[in-house]
Amino acid sequence: MTRQQKLFYFLSLHRTGLLVLCVSIGLLLFPLVENNPYTLGLTNLVAINALVVLGLNLFIGYAGQISLGHAAFFGLGAYGSAIATTTFHCSPWLAMILVAVCVALLALLIGIPLLRLSGHYLAMATLGLNYVVHNILLQWDEVTGGPSGFAGIPALTLGNFSLDTPIRRHYLLWCFVIITMLFCLNLVRSSAGRSLAALAGDELAAASLGVNIQVSKVKIFVLSAILASLAGSLFAHTFGYISPDTFNIFASVQFSIMVVIGGMGSIWGSLFGAGFLTLLPQWMDVFDTYKDFIHGGILVLVLMFLPQGLISGLTDKLRIYLALRRRNAAT
Amino acid sequence: MLQLEGLGKNFGGLPALDKVSFTLPQGRVTALIGPNGAGKSTLINCLTGILTPDQGSINFQGQNIVAWPAHAIAKLGIQRTFQNLRLFPRLSVLDNVLTGLICASRQSIFMAMLRLPSLRHEERNLKLRALEALDLFGLTDKAQWPAAILAYGDKKRVELARAIVSKPALLLLDEPVAGLNAQETRAVSEELQNLRRMGHTILVVEHDMDLVMTVADQVVVLDSGSLIAAGTPEQVQHNPLVLEAYLGRMEATA
Amino acid sequence: MYADLLQYIFSGLTTGSIYALIALGFCVVSNTMGIVNFVQVDFVTLGGMFLFSALFVLNLPVVPALVLAIILVSLVAMIIERFGLRPATTQNHMILVFLTVGLSTIVRGAIKMIWGTNRMAVPPLTPDVPVQILGASVLPQALWIFALTLVAIAGLTWFFYGTSLGLSMRAVAANPVAAAVVGIPTGRIRLTSYAIAGALGGLAGILVTPITTLSYDVGVLLGLKGFAAAILGGFGSFPGAIIGGLGLGLLETLSAGYISSAYKDVVAFIVLLVVLCTRPKGLLGK
Repeated sequence: MTRQQKLFYFLSLHRTGLLVLCVSIGLLLFPLVENNPYTLGLTNLVAINALVVLGLNLFIGYAGQISLGHAAFFGLGAYGSAIATTTFHCSPWLAMILVAVCVALLALLIGIPLLRLSGHYLAMATLGLNYVVHNILLQWDEVTGGPSGFAGIPALTLGNFSLDTPIRRHYLLWCFVIITMLFCLNLVRSSAGRSLAALAGDELAAASLGVNIQVSKVKIFVLSAILASLAGSLFAHTFGYISPDTFNIFASVQFSIMVVIGGMGSIWGSLFGAGFLTLLPQWMDVFDTYKDFIHGGILVLVLMFLPQGLISGLTDKLRIYLALRRRNAAT
Repeated sequence: MLQLEGLGKNFGGLPALDKVSFTLPQGRVTALIGPNGAGKSTLINCLTGILTPDQGSINFQGQNIVAWPAHAIAKLGIQRTFQNLRLFPRLSVLDNVLTGLICASRQSIFMAMLRLPSLRHEERNLKLRALEALDLFGLTDKAQWPAAILAYGDKKRVELARAIVSKPALLLLDEPVAGLNAQETRAVSEELQNLRRMGHTILVVEHDMDLVMTVADQVVVLDSGSLIAAGTPEQVQHNPLVLEAYLGRMEATA
Repeated sequence: MYADLLQYIFSGLTTGSIYALIALGFCVVSNTMGIVNFVQVDFVTLGGMFLFSALFVLNLPVVPALVLAIILVSLVAMIIERFGLRPATTQNHMILVFLTVGLSTIVRGAIKMIWGTNRMAVPPLTPDVPVQILGASVLPQALWIFALTLVAIAGLTWFFYGTSLGLSMRAVAANPVAAAVVGIPTGRIRLTSYAIAGALGGLAGILVTPITTLSYDVGVLLGLKGFAAAILGGFGSFPGAIIGGLGLGLLETLSAGYISSAYKDVVAFIVLLVVLCTRPKGLLGK
């Protein structure tokens, strides 16, 4: 092999790792280029949304089921952390972990019976769960502050170093995102990940190959709930104030749209979907009036023409096109 | 190796399988033949845990595996191919074959996310085994292709590679040459004989009599859910019940 | 004490009838098309909106306004089916559910644009002079709800058992493959299903918005509760939808009256989750 060929081979073999490295460097340098607090606040929100979407996408893309209620886990994480750190003066990091464990247990409890049902029922059940959680957040105002929200949530600290400026939060949040992405990318390229891909592709074949369908679905559901809860805790500590309406069923639908844009089961797509939909209102001044049209329109158009999602649908087509070209060139 | 006793399955009152009993000897190829609708696919589905029989027992290596779920049966070492192909079109050819090794891997999701060194070691081994299986069927240079773009004949071989990569104790092949032309059929026939030489125990459901006569050590005949004959290919070929099951049908339609 | 209970029962049956109508709408589409139709929630809103416009923009008297509103909702439903749902060629249920979610969002956006985001008042069918029945105070609107729900149920029964199109639809529900083989036109069946679902949802909206007031998202909560009612009664079963609707209405009102009225809206979804987790078939489900 020539040196150039060796280089290309190396790049292609390690392309995922290199891409992660490039993105990490980009994120590392970003605040040097752009330190407007408003912009950073926005990208911080993208990071938080990306965490939720990564988990949700694993569930939708690999378990092949729909959840229209992940904002419930997001909200439970946020309020759980808020209440634990403010009312009970618990340490924020400990609270985050405890709340995530509680949310995981809830997801397990609900997931085991619900994941035996077909898609529609799970979709509506998660919607119902979301509604119940949202309603409790609204009504139980002694604990949650009710419709006026919950303020005064302390920032996260690393020892004496307080993570209370947008730049510091940028590094914290994107650290979480990169680590989560690495975990997800590792998962996808492993035997366990192949089990999940098989599950998403053809349940019967997957079962015949040794995949325990029910257990796998529940595991992924719980994992996605944990990620949403962690994201919720980070949200609470980043913005210092939370209110119930951020966690209603429409928020869940928004997360689902991010998944659909990114593509079911696509890790990088999750990042893209979260970024695109979070930043979209910034690029369209009249966004608010047309918000429903745009969200609904994206969902309908993408699903009609690229049922696997936008980015992964396009990359699938590209891969097939390139492979066909190579095949036809070889014959 | 595998023993069926009195296997029965009803669909809403209609018996698809009726007191079927036979034995699959180890290291031999058994062919399961019969006219359309005889219950062959139902039998395979009962063996692999996709359907639960209503009566009877299936004894595999000393255990009764009736009503076991499909994934548990796969972990025991029973692998199958599907009549209508069930590949994963979005995955590459190599990844498709790697799914055949899921039953041989003990990774958990947690371990996979951390990508521990033991896992990386296992991944390398799994990839080597998958590539070996692909090599057996001459598909090595197509390993990275998305499975969707393969020709039909190649897709069938990928499914076959997927089924044998874990060196299963029992291989169930559901019409492995259906839809293939004469040349491809000959290739698969040779590959099956190769597998037999390697010591695999195989149950083949087939309509192609040439293949059956060449490859099978034992033939079992099903008609309308009942076992009507069992024996060597020559014995079954001349069995009047078998002839009637096939030719008798032709007379009725003539 | 006794008068309270009777009051709650009447109130529960009233809301229950609305849930029953919406549940029937879900039922029809699910039986003939095999999907959960999220747009059903917007049919409810549209019913109220069209009634509002018919009364105050076109200045029609009550009865023609009501009829026109129902017809318009059915038309919109058919348009949505024909241009929003039919072009999707996928059979994948997950994608179809997402699709209806998307369509529902678009319809809600359109409603927001046309009628604005303010709450509106819709007058009841007859003036709101309470009637005394057995010691309980009942609004005439509630009586209209009972009456028209009965009419709707009678109409549905006549349609499905007395007309050939209805028979075709029952055939499709029972065995879609056989129905296609026999030559039953699926396009017409789908349009009719959506039209009926639209009419039922629209009627529910027309009847209930004088009580709940009207806004662009009034149908969402009602619609979801209607779905919970359908699950309670047994998803896909017509008698189940009716019993589930009435049952849920009673459960809701009685728990609000005797336990707590703050969490009234949560009752429906707790019922939904409990049923799905323990007995997904519901009371009368197949």
